[in-house]
Amino acid sequence: MPADRVVSPLPVAKAPPGPFVAFFRDFSENRAALVGLILLSLLVFVAVFANFIAPYSPYEQFREFTRIPPAWVEGGNSAFLLGTDEIGRDMLSRLIFGARLSLFIGLSVVVASMAVGIVLGLIAAFAPGWPSIVIMRAMDVILSVPSLLLAIVIVAIIGPSLTNTIIAITVVYLPYYVRLVRASAMQEKTRDYVTAARVGGAGTLRIMFKTVLPNCMAPIIVQAALTISNAILEAAALGFLGLGAQPPSPEWGAMLASAREFLQSAPWIVTTPGVAILITVLSINLVGDGLRDALDPKMRRS
Amino acid sequence: MLGFIVRRVLLVIPTFIAIAFLTFVAIRLVPGDPIEVRTGERGISPERLAQFRHELGLDQPVWKQFLDYLWQLAHGNFGTSTSTHAPVLTEFLTLFPATLELAICAMLFATILGIPAGVIAATRRGSFVDYTLMGAALTGFSMPIFWWGLLLVLFFSVNLGWTPVSGRIDLLYYFEPVTGFMLIDSWLSGEEGAFSSAVSHLILPTIVLGTIPLATIARMTRSAMLEILGEDYVRTARAKGLSPFRVVGLHALRNALIPVVTVIGLQVGALMAGAVLTEYIFSWPGIGSWLIESINRRDYPVLQGGILLVSGIVILINILVDLLYGVLNPRIRHAR
Amino acid sequence: MKTFARLLAATMLVTGLASAAEAKTLVYCSEGSPENFNPQINTTGTSLDAARPAFNQLVQFEPGTTNVVPALAEKWDISPDGTEITFHLRKGVKFHSTKTFTPTRDFNADDVIFSFERQWKADNPYHKVSGGAYDYFNDMGMPDLLKSIDKVDDYTVKFTLTRPEAPFLANLAMDFATIFSAEFADAMLKAGTPEQLDQVPVGTGPFSFVAYQKDSVIRFKAFPDYWDGAPKLDGLVFAITKDPTARWSKLQKGECQIMAYPNPSDLDAIGKDPNVNLLQQAGLNIGYLAFNVEKKPFDDKRVRLAMAHAIDKDTILKDVYLGAGQSAKNLIPPTIWSYNDKVVDYEYDPEKAKALLKEAGLEGGFETDLWWMPVQRPYNPNAKRVAEIIQADLAKLNIKANLVSYEWGEYRKRMQAGEHKMGQLGWTGDNGDPDNFFFLLSCEAARPGGQNLSKWCNKEFDDRLNKAKSLFDKAERTKLYEEMQVIQHDDYPMMPIAHSIVFEPTRKEVSGYKVSPLGRHEFTNVELK
Repeated sequence: MPADRVVSPLPVAKAPPGPFVAFFRDFSENRAALVGLILLSLLVFVAVFANFIAPYSPYEQFREFTRIPPAWVEGGNSAFLLGTDEIGRDMLSRLIFGARLSLFIGLSVVVASMAVGIVLGLIAAFAPGWPSIVIMRAMDVILSVPSLLLAIVIVAIIGPSLTNTIIAITVVYLPYYVRLVRASAMQEKTRDYVTAARVGGAGTLRIMFKTVLPNCMAPIIVQAALTISNAILEAAALGFLGLGAQPPSPEWGAMLASAREFLQSAPWIVTTPGVAILITVLSINLVGDGLRDALDPKMRRS
Repeated sequence: MLGFIVRRVLLVIPTFIAIAFLTFVAIRLVPGDPIEVRTGERGISPERLAQFRHELGLDQPVWKQFLDYLWQLAHGNFGTSTSTHAPVLTEFLTLFPATLELAICAMLFATILGIPAGVIAATRRGSFVDYTLMGAALTGFSMPIFWWGLLLVLFFSVNLGWTPVSGRIDLLYYFEPVTGFMLIDSWLSGEEGAFSSAVSHLILPTIVLGTIPLATIARMTRSAMLEILGEDYVRTARAKGLSPFRVVGLHALRNALIPVVTVIGLQVGALMAGAVLTEYIFSWPGIGSWLIESINRRDYPVLQGGILLVSGIVILINILVDLLYGVLNPRIRHAR
Repeated sequence: MKTFARLLAATMLVTGLASAAEAKTLVYCSEGSPENFNPQINTTGTSLDAARPAFNQLVQFEPGTTNVVPALAEKWDISPDGTEITFHLRKGVKFHSTKTFTPTRDFNADDVIFSFERQWKADNPYHKVSGGAYDYFNDMGMPDLLKSIDKVDDYTVKFTLTRPEAPFLANLAMDFATIFSAEFADAMLKAGTPEQLDQVPVGTGPFSFVAYQKDSVIRFKAFPDYWDGAPKLDGLVFAITKDPTARWSKLQKGECQIMAYPNPSDLDAIGKDPNVNLLQQAGLNIGYLAFNVEKKPFDDKRVRLAMAHAIDKDTILKDVYLGAGQSAKNLIPPTIWSYNDKVVDYEYDPEKAKALLKEAGLEGGFETDLWWMPVQRPYNPNAKRVAEIIQADLAKLNIKANLVSYEWGEYRKRMQAGEHKMGQLGWTGDNGDPDNFFFLLSCEAARPGGQNLSKWCNKEFDDRLNKAKSLFDKAERTKLYEEMQVIQHDDYPMMPIAHSIVFEPTRKEVSGYKVSPLGRHEFTNVELK
């Protein structure tokens, strides 16, 4: 197809290190990002193989062992490494299964908001006039309501559950993608290769998704990393307010909230889920920073 | 300039109506209603329920309710709370100073610590100090603040007993609110210890609410500084033999502040969201806890009016930031 | 300049108050903000507590008990047929004054008539003010019960009822029967601000209202002209502190002297604090799990009894109530007369449960739902946790229980409509009469939308219930109620889980404070050392 030939300029084969190799080299030079990546891989591993790694089921209640402190604290029990919660469930197992939930929420939100955001953003870029106005005004509206407040209202409407948490947070993050995609698409639209593709007879849809979109991906990917970590935080906050995942699921924010009354008498039930959230979000942000530095040419230069 | 302001403000009106409409419809989709939720275990008979719904106008078609609401809004009437029967605007105005005071303190805290931290990290790029500061900033940026608040309470209030657990001031002190800002009011009251009591109540909430803005500002300042330190004119200034302090302080920082100001402005929305959690943890009598409660009570007028007012403020501040951006950066003039 | 003068004045006023505050001001850490200050239109304990210091009723519950004793009425006569009750009002009772209102007369019959007619008569000018919902007045059946209220003279009021009703006097001690100043009401109506009546409590109570700062503090000062003698405190402050852990920390530090609703998990620490007395009293309430007998498989009595054996009540008491509850076997708490202690609770025995399920043909288990209420109550401090425990217990019998919850209003409505199979709820008594509990299982309440959440209608039970209500003889009533408890226990339409134990930590310097079995917080007789 003629369009394709125009899009990929000839000298590609000559470019000394391929873009991906360059990216990976830059990324791995960043030690912090590497640490983040290792931590994150570990978390993903734990989440995927939770069934094999967790010592117990996250729901099993050991009635004789409620609120046992972690093993290294006085009164701890080596059978429960991180202690047990308010009804005798193993904290470690719950945290491990919680990792699955949190990462799942983060990923789902990113995929959903990215997909919808790309479609809306491209429409807004390619259909000036009322579709663009409607979309962008709607995004303004979403942006002007504080994010957590909006998420709370949405969850209140559609009812608290894991799926609805994901939906609510997706809506909250949608505007960032739409704006990002629209802005870069508008920029790309005027470039020669797009004009060439158009002249070559490519349809609008094809230009939108095949020609322009791949060239807008870099900032979108950086935004995605940022969204995952924020989505996890926001989901935890919703869980903390009792509007997120429902019992008995081991969502970290909900675990923290349901044991809040034990803050003084059994602080580990409150502290460990927080540490888990912090580590997860931190490692994703480390990776995100690395991604940004590696993808941002300005940063690469300095 | 004036034309720009007028255009921006005019653009706000449709956004505002859209928000009003969406919250209005959304709230009516929320299961439960303000009358059902008020009655306890007893419940309420269908006849009386119908009667109250009629009195609150809830039996009207939604479009008619909305037009009525807009009409009232146009007259500056935000309605009356269904649970307290007090005007929404009055409630907002009595609670807003508490949130504002907290937000201002948090923002000051974040700016005063964040900008120097960013500058120091940038000037010593790659050093141990840089890594430590940026590590701390990224940790702060990743912090679940509701958990952070609980930890601080556990450590400083419960274990060490240094700060009060919740509230805005010791109850021993009593004075009529003059400004609504506890710091100012307590100072005006002239009572011994009142001001310091108000300060000690503010410390932990300020830290909790300020953490994420602090981290964001520090990171932003650093990267803006790095970019500018690499620019030609800074190099020239250095080559001319100006002292590093002058180079950093005078030339670089001023320009680096431009994006930082934008970031500070953009934090306002995030700050309101953070205020919800912070107020919830510290029983801070502000807008955040008021709105959460209004959802629980299905208090339609409060929720509608509250969201409208809060987003109005967010929009307003964004406009101000745009203007400030123009003032700070002569390269951007809003003329067309 | 004017502002400055006002500031100065405010400062001086404040200084004066502050030095007085050092004298004897009781700070009570309360659990939430009142909706307003009118007990006629409020239903939440929080709001009722906040208004109570300023008000009185014709009769009152003796502090710490449910006995009815005289208050604004010195004495009363009941006609032989029980339908006419004549109250003789106390003389020389003063109302509070405010910045804008100074009473010109003492309390009299007009105030009584006004207070009831506002709630009763739609043509009263105040009837529609502040939403016009008089939930308690209606729920206690007043519109049907009252025939007329007449002023015999300034200090005599006659209530005529449509039928004799034993709990009527106790009802008049409830908060909805609070007496307002008709004079203040008229003044506010004239000023065009009738809603002030509900925002500024002007009553005859031991404390007069000073100020309310939304979501943070309510202030009262002692009313020196109180008819029962000025209170021993100089001031009373409600420090609104929503988080129970924060309330406890404040009490610990002496920032308040009495606190409401401690966290059960803090009780251990509270008990050990040498500066704190931990008062306790059995609560007048019940937390239960209702089985919907209209739905399979709970239409089968054997399945219901299997539940009784399958659910580990002790674990619930240990891990949810954390000591702040006592196991329940009857619908009424043991503090109410006619409690049948001969009933023996079903023991926890999964094997027996299995056998019963097998008998019912359900040894393979089944799937059901299990509803948990989204609110915290003394009778059930954490329904979510109870549900998690029950879910795990039932899983051992291959029963898959799905946890269900809704927003509170919605939750109750759907339960009353009978959408659930198994669901938690509870009840808190209003006036200490057994009927106030047993009607929960009446046939009348089993209709869709009624409060009988088991939808259980048992003729033997219901006949006794109706008979007991029309009788005046306490011994006869007791016998009927005792029989009803046996019927209920045998047929098991609901599983009584627990009655709460109300704990109230007070600092050692507080004396004269009594825990109310009705869940009230009253400060009239409190002293500070």
